[in-house]
Amino acid sequence: MNSKFKKIIPNILMMAFCLVYLLPIYMIFTNSFKSRSEMYENMMALPSRLTLEYYQSALSKMNFWVSLRNSLLLTVISIGLIVILSSMTAWMIARYKGKVSRFFLSLLIATMLIPFQTIMMPLMQEMTWIEKRTGLTMTDSIPGLIFMYIGFGAGMAVFLFHGFISTIPISLEEAATIDGCNTWQVFWKIVFPNLKSTTITVIILDVIWIWNDYLLPSLTLKAKENRTIPISASKFFGQYTISWNEAMAALVVTILPVIVFYLFCQKYIVKGVAAGAVKG
Amino acid sequence: MKISKKWFAVFTLPLMIIFTIVVVIPFFIGIGYSFFEWDGFAKHQAVWVGMQNYLDVLRDDRFISAEIRTVIFTVIAVVSVNLLGLIFALLVTTKMKVANLSRAMLFMPYLIGGLILGYIWKAVFSEWFLSLGIGNWLTDAKKAMAAMIIVTTWQMAGYVMIVYITGLMAIPEEVIEASSVDGASYWQTLTKIRLPLLMPSITICLFLTLSNCFKVYDVNVSLTGSGPANQSELFSLNIFNEIFEQNNFGYGQAKAIIFFLIVAIITLVQVSITSKKEVEM
Repeated sequence: MNSKFKKIIPNILMMAFCLVYLLPIYMIFTNSFKSRSEMYENMMALPSRLTLEYYQSALSKMNFWVSLRNSLLLTVISIGLIVILSSMTAWMIARYKGKVSRFFLSLLIATMLIPFQTIMMPLMQEMTWIEKRTGLTMTDSIPGLIFMYIGFGAGMAVFLFHGFISTIPISLEEAATIDGCNTWQVFWKIVFPNLKSTTITVIILDVIWIWNDYLLPSLTLKAKENRTIPISASKFFGQYTISWNEAMAALVVTILPVIVFYLFCQKYIVKGVAAGAVKG
Repeated sequence: MKISKKWFAVFTLPLMIIFTIVVVIPFFIGIGYSFFEWDGFAKHQAVWVGMQNYLDVLRDDRFISAEIRTVIFTVIAVVSVNLLGLIFALLVTTKMKVANLSRAMLFMPYLIGGLILGYIWKAVFSEWFLSLGIGNWLTDAKKAMAAMIIVTTWQMAGYVMIVYITGLMAIPEEVIEASSVDGASYWQTLTKIRLPLLMPSITICLFLTLSNCFKVYDVNVSLTGSGPANQSELFSLNIFNEIFEQNNFGYGQAKAIIFFLIVAIITLVQVSITSKKEVEM
């Protein structure tokens, strides 16, 4: 009995600590149901009644479903293209040894050093210029944003794919070539299916980055119907009085997709983040 | 295996062209802009000022105090993130039943993203503290900076915990067992065996947090918004405000180039140290 008791105590303490650690999340949840006066009585108390009033107004004010669609489209298409284009480039660079390959790889890796703030202004100038010259909607549009995310995601993705491809033997690819596959078929039938673990790492790291990114979309997106979820959520926190119950309801619906993603892919996320940190 | 030049172009050019347009060209345009004085209006002429923007930085009090603040913030945050992350990693690699669940809970803040985290904690430091009678931390310059450090630690401790767990798991079980057979206490095993073996992970995490904290922007925007009276403004936000709020495009861009140089130096030192460490192992 005594030893059992001794084993339970650390578990209880640890759980209690974790719950306290996540208290801020509980706090926005519980106060998203409360009126202003009820909130200031005791912010840690459970709400006296469950009302979806503040959720309804928050969802309509932030145009939630449109923002969710934008964020989903942006994240999925950007990452799809980053994975396809970067894995193709990385494979070529690894297999076609020459000056051009070496130059591409060092350029991609060297520019990973550049912080976004260093190029944000000239990038916006350039995108406006391209839009004026060609009529392509580069600014204030989701496709324009996808274009920019491909550019920013390229370095890390090629670096990770290249590192992995260098470790797999070339013999299988040579055998496929002898069997009559052309280069395109060799890549998609033989090489790409083998890159699964790196692909998952790239997807995880880029989901965390693009889904939560604020600065880049805040610079280009102006129209309300183009807003992503973080941009919409930020509109509840203007300079003046904040309507906290609505703002907290907005925060809850904002982090809900992240929590769902976490619950379903926890194993991959932890592995991907660890791999990205160590290799990056 | 022979690959033709045509296939090389088909596979690499789409990405390399987009990458050049998005990253490489703006980088060089940006260096150019930093030698001009310009207010950002297309109709107004940009004036060549040479190195003047870089010299003006030295007399810019708001910038220098933002800079000093960023260094202090970075040093304290790096220590607190890594200390907490390491303690978390040690706790969740024990044989506790709730170890996996706690690991999942402690890591969660990292996924939420800086902007939203800042808003969540804004509620804590302003509204909750007011309702408790402690007073609003975000309207006091020093307490606002403390709040920045707390939120950054809360966000990143779970992240470095993951890297430390990977490092701790890689330590062979026999080494730990052998030391306990020899009668080493928990503290001795920790300081004499596990921490020295963990040095590669510690180096990785220190630099990772160093550059992440130095570049912090989202939490700054959402938690304090550079207030009160710009007294919690950090480097990144100072660049943003200089360019897009004050409309000093050329001058702000010079700051952005200085920012790049500092980040590049931090990262290059990191790379040289970690690659040396790998050789030793």
